Amino acid sequence: MSEDPTAAFRIEAGELLEQVEQGLLDLRDNLGDMGLVNAMFRGLHTLKGSGAMFGFDALAGFTHHCETAFDRVRKGDVRATPDLVDVILSAGDHMRALVEGDAPEAAGQAILARLAAAVDAAAGGGSAPAPAPAAPTKKGWKLSFRLPVDAMANGTNPLALLDELRALGDATIVARTDAVPPLADLVPNHCVIGWDCTLVGDISHDAIEDVFLFVMDDMEITIEPLAVEDDASGAGADDAAEPAAPTPAASAAPAAPAAVTVNDQQDRRAATRSQGEHVRVPAERLDELMDRVGELVIAQSRLSQLAHHGNDLSLRSVSEEIERLAGEMRDTMMVLRMVPVSTLFGRFRRLILDLANETGKAIELVTEGETTEVDKTVIERLFDPLVHIIRNSCDHGLEKAEDRLAAGKPASGLIRLSAHQAGGEVLITITDDGRGIDRERVRAKAEANGLIQPGQVVSEDELLGLIFHPGFSTAAQVTNLSGRGVGMDVVKRTIESLRGSIDVKSVAGQGSTITLRIPLTLAIIEGLLVRVGEGRYVIPLAAVEECLELSLEEDLRSRGRSIITLRERLIPFLRLRDLFVTGTKPDTYQKIVVVGTGSERVGLVVDQIIGNHQTVIKAMSPLHRNVAAFAGATILGDGSVALILDIAQLVALGQPREERRIAAA
Amino acid sequence: MPYHKIPNWTPEQGLEVLTFGLGGETFALEAGIVREILDVMPLTQVPGADEMAAAVINFRGRIVPHADLRVSFGMDRHSTTADSRIIVIELELDGNPTLIGLAADRVNEVTVLNAGDAEEPPVIGIRWPREHIRCLVRREGDVVVLPDLPHLFARLTGKSAEPVTLH
Repeated sequence: MSEDPTAAFRIEAGELLEQVEQGLLDLRDNLGDMGLVNAMFRGLHTLKGSGAMFGFDALAGFTHHCETAFDRVRKGDVRATPDLVDVILSAGDHMRALVEGDAPEAAGQAILARLAAAVDAAAGGGSAPAPAPAAPTKKGWKLSFRLPVDAMANGTNPLALLDELRALGDATIVARTDAVPPLADLVPNHCVIGWDCTLVGDISHDAIEDVFLFVMDDMEITIEPLAVEDDASGAGADDAAEPAAPTPAASAAPAAPAAVTVNDQQDRRAATRSQGEHVRVPAERLDELMDRVGELVIAQSRLSQLAHHGNDLSLRSVSEEIERLAGEMRDTMMVLRMVPVSTLFGRFRRLILDLANETGKAIELVTEGETTEVDKTVIERLFDPLVHIIRNSCDHGLEKAEDRLAAGKPASGLIRLSAHQAGGEVLITITDDGRGIDRERVRAKAEANGLIQPGQVVSEDELLGLIFHPGFSTAAQVTNLSGRGVGMDVVKRTIESLRGSIDVKSVAGQGSTITLRIPLTLAIIEGLLVRVGEGRYVIPLAAVEECLELSLEEDLRSRGRSIITLRERLIPFLRLRDLFVTGTKPDTYQKIVVVGTGSERVGLVVDQIIGNHQTVIKAMSPLHRNVAAFAGATILGDGSVALILDIAQLVALGQPREERRIAAA
Repeated sequence: MPYHKIPNWTPEQGLEVLTFGLGGETFALEAGIVREILDVMPLTQVPGADEMAAAVINFRGRIVPHADLRVSFGMDRHSTTADSRIIVIELELDGNPTLIGLAADRVNEVTVLNAGDAEEPPVIGIRWPREHIRCLVRREGDVVVLPDLPHLFARLTGKSAEPVTLH
């Protein structure tokens, strides 16, 4: 896609580093997994190689040291330790900075010094959690392999591989020529010969895999231990794929990593294959296309209005055809922009690790529903709010290990991130099993800040909702992580700017759950088109609960108190005609549209309900940035503009206004 | 020398402008910022917005604010006539190019103003706030006003501006 090869490298390097980071986090949980170590080594090696090729010499030089460290882990000189993994994680951050070209030299030196120290510390102890596949088998191995057809074209030299095998031990190599075509069909640079090889000697499984390290993903290979006569229990067909270990007791644990390795490689191979069918497109182009599709939908609705006013049947049928096509095109376009939330959740594993290190608490992250797909823009804008929420949960929610044990909970705190789709919304919940939100402290703080009156009766939801108030923070001490009193209100604002809502539940001693409800896409909403005075406005349909008639008597009666009773509940209402100062006479039959966010409801009095309207949302101009009541605008079928009401703002506006009115009366 | 306030205005070259009539005065805009001149179209009022930019229009599928300089210059508003137009300009506000539709009673011509004819707005004798004007230019026995548009609109976009709430 990109003209600039270094830009392409930057993207590739970003992805490689992302993979390495995920791998490192996996490795940290499972230090003995040689398959992961090998994958890390390959990733770093590729990064070094491509970096050098595109002139990122500093990156190549720096990566070389990390690669060397992993090489030693692979060879068994050095154990993989949590320290080592942590150093490489921060090295990964430095590599990112190097790719972007703004890495301070000193930081790199410091990381390399830490790396050297970690390697030295890990080198001493030999191999305590010694990875099983490294355990040597006395007898040797039987190999059968076939290189990919284009191996030679890609620069692999089969003879060199055979030489490496011979260097490992006493090798008997036999060529398999069954796949060699007749001479006339033979392509000279295709590799069509397979090999069977018997290797006798004290050789580790890994040593053999190392020979094929860079072609492993694409080749066919089976590595089996030589049949062992005196081991009656082994040698079954099922065990053949695994390196036979001397005793059954030792074999249970070590066999697992080897099996994982094989699966990983198959997964990876499948992934590589499916990647071939992907096209990388810059996000701006998708946005442009989205805009065009939006315009098309608007133009199409004008066309269908014209067609329905005329009597031309053929025009009408063409218009309907176009309506269908435009609708399908819009749906397809929506799908193009969807990405799985795993891209978002993956980034939090690192955050949790850092938070655990900073707070000294043991924290476990569990994620669910990662395949749920959300609009790319939404995903990007969710990152910061989620960081805030997770930080808060880890810092304030989760207790210290000793307190947890005292409360009869496991020592390690649990953060659960889950996503699932419900209608046109996606629900993201962040759950912790910590101490829960302390209502007394919330109340005390709110009273101190004058948010509520002392002794005022406040519902549970409202009380918890106070934590989203600007300047509110219950942390008695400001820590490095949170507690500065900015954060939760920013979270709320960001979520609302995504037309979403946020909901808190908390059980004392058992933890808190924060639920974010976010629309799947930002570009199009279903709206209810209404008329107020001469202006037309769109109310997002997701917020609409019901529509009622405001009868004349009721209207007159409610002059003093703008409240209606709806199923035993008092609901305040706003006369949009007054609010928007239309200066027009009210219609005889005004309607009330009841809208709500969370547990708050407000009725909006409008002159007329025009109907459902699918709306392409357009941003308001910066000149109207300070007008709070509108979330955006849209263009109607006749080309005129209708403003989209910002429900969260209006609901908030409805509450104090009513209180003021009652106070004045 | 007042003409120094306007980029690329030299005594040798002059300044290419579009002149238009509004509230009985003649205003001028640098031709470079003018994007399009539109016939009057239905305006959509934005309740709660500043009076100076109280409405929006649909400019080829984009939502563009409609601004009326008469508000800033304290002029009476007249109803639209057959000569009324909307001049769409592009201004750099807070570093972002922003489209704005300006109301005009009448669009006159594209012409060149001489640097030598430019004058500072006098301290007395004008009814408008001086900071709304970059300079006055004498021309054919009349005076052309060069408004300071970035200044006029900065008030609406400024970060310091209080959020406008309804009542």
